[in-house]
Amino acid sequence: MKTTISSHEKMTYLSLTGSILIFFFYVRYVYLHSVVVNPDIVNDFSFWGRSFIVLIPVAIVVQIVLHIVFAIVNKILTNEDLPAKSDEMVRLIELKSIQLSHWVFVIGFFLAMGSIALNMKPAVMFILLIFSGFMASISSDVAKIYYYRKGL
Amino acid sequence: MSKCRINNEIRKLRFLSNEMTQQELADRTGVTRQTIVAIENGKYSPTLELAFRIAEVFKLPLEDIFTYQTDDDGKK
Repeated sequence: MKTTISSHEKMTYLSLTGSILIFFFYVRYVYLHSVVVNPDIVNDFSFWGRSFIVLIPVAIVVQIVLHIVFAIVNKILTNEDLPAKSDEMVRLIELKSIQLSHWVFVIGFFLAMGSIALNMKPAVMFILLIFSGFMASISSDVAKIYYYRKGL
Repeated sequence: MSKCRINNEIRKLRFLSNEMTQQELADRTGVTRQTIVAIENGKYSPTLELAFRIAEVFKLPLEDIFTYQTDDDGKK
């Protein structure tokens, strides 16, 4: 039996790839341009504040651009428009995947607070926070792909 | 608790309705084709509202399209 990938599933793969690339390149950029230049900066709270504030809009803009490019390429290659609506199944899958990503982030948040409770450096807390945010995003997309493939 | 499953006759009914496409049924019921595919393959149980909309398209009572089956039914 031929297995077809739906547009929603394709977009989830794109979002997953985008999240991984954004996280990898952003962490690499910050590490090379800030931490390597001045290793003590990891103890500076304003550095972490700036890193978080820049990462969020950058990630949103890159994801939007990726989706626009994907919509254009998909239209050229398959002559199919991306679905404008999300129906009950898609909404249920989104709810379940968001629920999972919230749990992943909450676990990361508790670990981050635990690191502070154990008198670890603030950098450990921020790294745990940023990593749990990344893992939450990944787990959301992986859950979506799982539900699209396996069903609800 | 027994595992339950909702079976459906949508694929057969589409064929009998002048080979209605999945996309056409999706458009007439207000969902995506992907959802119709998932329902036909038993990967998703539709809400009551969607089940009634599908029944309305085929002009049949709900129980002629969807049947409820539990593991216990198979053991009998």
